[in-house]
Amino acid sequence: MKVTKNILLVGVGGQGIILVSKMLTAGLMKAGYDVKMSEVHGMAQRGGSVTTQVRFGEKVYSSIIGKGQADILVSFEKMEAARWIEYLKPEGTVVVNRYEIPSMPIATGKAEYPQNVLEALEKEFKTVTLDAGQAAIEVGNIRTQNIVLFGALVKALNLNEIDWIEILRENLPSKMVDINIKAFQKGLEL
Amino acid sequence: MKKLMSGNEAIARGAYEAGVTVAAAYPGTPSTEILEHMVDYKENIYSEWAPNEKVACEVAIGASIAGSRSLAAMKHVGVNVAADPIFTYAYLGVNGGFVLVTADDPSMHSSQNEQDNRYYAKFAKMALIEPSDSQEAKDFLKEAYKISEEFDIPVLYRVTTRVCHSKSIVELGEREEVGFKPYTRRLDKFVATPANAKIAHGVLEKKLKALEAYANTSPLNLAEYNENTNIGIVTASVAYQYAKEVFGDKASYLKLGFTYPLPMDMIRDFASKFDTVYVIEELEPFMEEQMKAAGIKCIGKELIPNMYELNPDIVAKALLGINTESKTVDTNVVARPPVLCAGCPHRGFFYTMSKKKNTVIAGDIGCYTLGAMQPLEAMDSVICMGAGISAAMGMAKSFEVTGRDTKVFGVVGDSTFFHSGITGAIDVVYNKGKMIPVVLDNSITGMTGHQENPGTGKTLMGEDTIALDPVDVLKAIGYKTVAVVDPCNLKAMNDTVEEAMQATEPYAIVTKRPCVLIKGLAPFKTKCEVVSDKCKKCKMCLKVGCPAISFKNGVSYIEQSMCVGCDVCMQVCKFDAIVKVGEQ
Repeated sequence: MKVTKNILLVGVGGQGIILVSKMLTAGLMKAGYDVKMSEVHGMAQRGGSVTTQVRFGEKVYSSIIGKGQADILVSFEKMEAARWIEYLKPEGTVVVNRYEIPSMPIATGKAEYPQNVLEALEKEFKTVTLDAGQAAIEVGNIRTQNIVLFGALVKALNLNEIDWIEILRENLPSKMVDINIKAFQKGLEL
Repeated sequence: MKKLMSGNEAIARGAYEAGVTVAAAYPGTPSTEILEHMVDYKENIYSEWAPNEKVACEVAIGASIAGSRSLAAMKHVGVNVAADPIFTYAYLGVNGGFVLVTADDPSMHSSQNEQDNRYYAKFAKMALIEPSDSQEAKDFLKEAYKISEEFDIPVLYRVTTRVCHSKSIVELGEREEVGFKPYTRRLDKFVATPANAKIAHGVLEKKLKALEAYANTSPLNLAEYNENTNIGIVTASVAYQYAKEVFGDKASYLKLGFTYPLPMDMIRDFASKFDTVYVIEELEPFMEEQMKAAGIKCIGKELIPNMYELNPDIVAKALLGINTESKTVDTNVVARPPVLCAGCPHRGFFYTMSKKKNTVIAGDIGCYTLGAMQPLEAMDSVICMGAGISAAMGMAKSFEVTGRDTKVFGVVGDSTFFHSGITGAIDVVYNKGKMIPVVLDNSITGMTGHQENPGTGKTLMGEDTIALDPVDVLKAIGYKTVAVVDPCNLKAMNDTVEEAMQATEPYAIVTKRPCVLIKGLAPFKTKCEVVSDKCKKCKMCLKVGCPAISFKNGVSYIEQSMCVGCDVCMQVCKFDAIVKVGEQ
């Protein structure tokens, strides 16, 4: 693959985005791609808006992208998709979780959670919406939501040649592996 | 063997491969994981969290004098704290190789400024090395130790957030068993008296000349020529990656890894081959200024911003006028500022203070900086590590001498107290300050991701050690009363603050409750829930600023997946509409 693919993962601190990015990157490396991943730590992680970027291809230089450059945007939280949408290529795909986390101005009543996020996205971009929260509850643990989204991302990117189950086994505590495999498979089906 | 590594992980690996035996640091984003990964090599490397960056730097300098290859690591502003020893150690020169890693944070992802620490190399007269990805972060470090020992000089190793926190593929090497340099007492070399320093300065200037000559031949500085190009790009660090991304083979590159002293002959020769020479560097025109002073025609900050981090998009726009097409969507996106976590013990203190009139609160660097955010907004200033107490002292003195009766509180965390809060607290007692130091002790260094500190009873290497209690320290330095309070108990918290405001003798407060994110702690057994028909919609519970609480369908709502059951919200509810649920 000559052309470098750019993946942008966004959400809220604490949603497990970095773990997904890490496993995604590990899988891509195993598949023989050059890969770079960039993440943020510290202050931003405390309930703030969080992004990671994964780039893979034959030879990758920059670990980060600018506006209009992501092939796929995966948003772990609904409103975050709209916040970062400028980074998506006009012909790119946005995968958005319907899960809502009110930010502090919303929680304190100073602002309202936007009601039309999905419609607004669908109007401009190829949009895949899913309810990873519900899927995670069905699997048996709301905390596997990020892995459901991981499955959905793998499906959207058509990265079927990689043994993702093995990557899950290598990166998760052993007692959490089975439930997360279920969550991942659920994500593939959504 | 190939491994996916962050820049920080790769620096730790580089230290291992270079034969380092002593490493010290104080945590700070984006540098923290360097020492966290140093522990992976604890068979070979002693590593420690020092109480602050100056101590870390001095520990590493001492180890270097004793003959070890040593490393100190810190974030950019940490180098300000550590600046005193490095200026003098540059005069003295090393025994074992000494490298100071500075992790700069362009765009201030997690910092109070975005100072460009390359100037420290020029200012303190050290060699400067800048890797651009994880592979270089490892490999260049080995070169740094050779340079340090060969030229008898400290090396400043400058990385940035996107080097530290980007993961890329690294080819690992073996550890070089360099052992240690023999130690002999050398009064003329390591005792910085004025007489010795006068001589040392002259010697240092000669070393810099020799280093510049070496820089022109260093394997860290490489020219990459592409055919039929009339653009030459001089670049370093991660900016090189952005330049490659934008220009590909349409330009030639002088990619510098050794950036002070600059290889000016090499740059002049490279620049002479092109019609247009761009200097692509993040933040300040560090290389550009020196090139222009040397008479080399180049374009840099005329076009490229000197603020915030770069990316390929910014470079393409600045130099080629390319605007990448992008689209927004038509919806009202609401800001999402960082907040204190659900169950954060700091909340009780800041909520209490948010109700106090005629008070000023000097804050500090840590999770508790978030006490300044809405809706708590219980903070008046944040400057740097330690200023929480000492700036509060200055405010209190100003109010006192100008006849204003505002009460001043100074807030630091446990790790910050040990870092540089202690000295401020001593000043308050010594100079009779009428202010109240408050140590928010959550038993961990929180914001940087849970590092041990002198109060936790554990070392970086995982050994048990003496746990220093801020209460004992404050008593020892002269505080007559040190009130200890659980900040999640709002009544006790309020009573303590009231008592402190009436106190006539030195009075300090230590709030004690561990961070809720400490693994395996689970301090609360039950969660909180809103009884909808009891909720009077007064929104009092929203004023504690908990991310688990919001107003939904006309009543307060507590998100169960986030609530940890600290019950601060329950204590502020006047209508008993919040109850505990789950097993006791």
